[in-house]
Amino acid sequence: MAMAVKFEKRLNPSAAMNLAVPLLSLLAALLVGAVFLALTGRDPGEVYSAMFKGALGSSYGLSETVVKAIPLMLCALGISAAFRMQLWNIGAEGQFYMGAFAASWLPLTFPDLPSLVMLPGMVALGCAAGGLWALAPALLRARWKVNEIITTLMFNYLAILWVDYLVYGPWKDPKGFNFPLSAQFSPAAALPTFGDSRIHVGLVFAILLAILFWILFEKSRWGYEIKVIGASESAARYAGMDIRRNIYLVMFLSGAVCGLAGMTEVSGIAGRLQPGLSPGYGYTAIIVAWLSKLHPAAILIVAVLFGALQVGGFFVQTMGVPASVSSMLQGAVLFFVVGGEFLTKYRIVIGRKEVA
Amino acid sequence: MGEQAFFIAILSSAVIAGTPILYAALGELITEKAGVTNLGVEGMMLIGAVSGFMAAIVTGNSWIGLLAAMLAGGVMGLIHAVLTVSLRANQVVSGLALTIFGSGLSGYLGKSFIGIPVTEPFRGVALPVLGDIPFLGSVLFRHDVLVYLSWGLVLAVWFFLQRTRAGLFLQAVGENPGAADSLGIHVFGLRYLYVIVGGMLCGAGGAYLSLASAPSWLENMTAGRGWIAVALVIFALWRPERALVGSYLFGGIDALGFHLQAAGVHLSHFFLQMLPYIFTITVLTVVMAKRGGRLAAPGALGVPYDREER
Repeated sequence: MAMAVKFEKRLNPSAAMNLAVPLLSLLAALLVGAVFLALTGRDPGEVYSAMFKGALGSSYGLSETVVKAIPLMLCALGISAAFRMQLWNIGAEGQFYMGAFAASWLPLTFPDLPSLVMLPGMVALGCAAGGLWALAPALLRARWKVNEIITTLMFNYLAILWVDYLVYGPWKDPKGFNFPLSAQFSPAAALPTFGDSRIHVGLVFAILLAILFWILFEKSRWGYEIKVIGASESAARYAGMDIRRNIYLVMFLSGAVCGLAGMTEVSGIAGRLQPGLSPGYGYTAIIVAWLSKLHPAAILIVAVLFGALQVGGFFVQTMGVPASVSSMLQGAVLFFVVGGEFLTKYRIVIGRKEVA
Repeated sequence: MGEQAFFIAILSSAVIAGTPILYAALGELITEKAGVTNLGVEGMMLIGAVSGFMAAIVTGNSWIGLLAAMLAGGVMGLIHAVLTVSLRANQVVSGLALTIFGSGLSGYLGKSFIGIPVTEPFRGVALPVLGDIPFLGSVLFRHDVLVYLSWGLVLAVWFFLQRTRAGLFLQAVGENPGAADSLGIHVFGLRYLYVIVGGMLCGAGGAYLSLASAPSWLENMTAGRGWIAVALVIFALWRPERALVGSYLFGGIDALGFHLQAAGVHLSHFFLQMLPYIFTITVLTVVMAKRGGRLAAPGALGVPYDREER
């Protein structure tokens, strides 16, 4: 006799599963990672404990984890805005780079500005550039339904090549021994840091934005409108909502926050424009946003977790383990989360016979 | 270099640069025809490229490399199928997961293989008679076997979709799975099959990079070609013959940048490298604008099939 396995749709998503799935996903991903580590002749226990110690075992590791979490928080918040409307902005990486580029222009052109003018100026420029970079695919999407997934991604490559062009070409520091780096910013262009750590004010930006997003998307009328459009464009149109206008608004906001991430990274960490500013923050942030179910508070927490993963990945390089181990783990987490969502929506019923 | 030689060089490298995109685009086309969007092409190509490369290095045989690449791509397809067909997961996010995972895993596995040369890469073979045709022969008929195979594949996919019963079933599953199901067509089974077949072709496309055109392994060597393949399927309006033309067009843009640079054009190579991406965005926009957003996309593309909601 075969057992019948049936999936029953839950009326309401299970709250317990909403918490259990992400946690179990993390564990499952670590298991998959362990298999690959073992297959390539490494001791998974040793690698994982080294990653853990590297990221969380010292005050330096901890502060680096937060440093890496800041751009993840900002990019994931930005992405979450677009995802709420089912706009798949996967161009955070490019918006980050354009934000970094535009923010760098100010201190490189007017190095003598006082901090009080410089920093707000850089923030404004970074946000504007990131927002505009996202607005271009939004325009194509709103006018001609051009798939924004593909265009935002193509814009990533363009932004990275643009920054490369600048630092290898016109913006290269003449006193930089031919390294592809811009000149160092003046101290006035550096975001303040906490104590003598590298944690900068970007953290405060992220927390404030998370609160703002929570009010905006969970409490305001506009947030509700976005939710409706995301759920059903035709219903929203029927209700008289302006979909095009909201595509522009949401994508600009999304890109602006990712651009701010780029600004805080050049200003708070690098102190100059350079290639490879982001080890893929824009992509990791997609996972952070999804894992957090787009909830602002959850994004802040999950970003710290993924920051730790990033730092751990860097740390085990000294053991000869490629740092890409962390992006492999990130991808695996996302697999399990997406698959696990099934459990939040459906109930598995095992039985021989249905009771009518 | 004479003018003709310059054109021959560009057109012939357009074919080489277009071939990996063609394989991947055909794979994506088949998958999407069955109603499943796969945004993991980039990751599948990377996994294909690295596993094909490793297998070829270890065995010394590039054909075994190609098989390994297709197998690995197929496994990636299987993961996508489990998530999107059985677990009805969000296809966009599952595809992104494939790409992120594929890029990480390939980087991890391939680390110790960077800089190793392939012993027997796929090399150009001049076809008898055809290869001697002036101009055309040098452009089309002096390539490696995989280029010729890809033409056969275009023909095969076209024939399969247009002229066979199985091809009809495939399209039915993508157009209207509910109706297909009530006719007794196994929707889930066929979607699994074609997501896996699509993954295998993406793997082959990746292997073409690491075993024929490069031939070497570099981290993230696909550089967005997987995404270009996804765009190409839209441009091709889900028709294999248009995918062939489109691939060579993209290949041509890719090659043009490279050859202009070699010819000493005074434009930063960073801008030349932007060409394929700009071209992709432009072409996609033109196709959409011309068709007013109405495409010949499979009716149920991107929608998970739920028997109970039929």
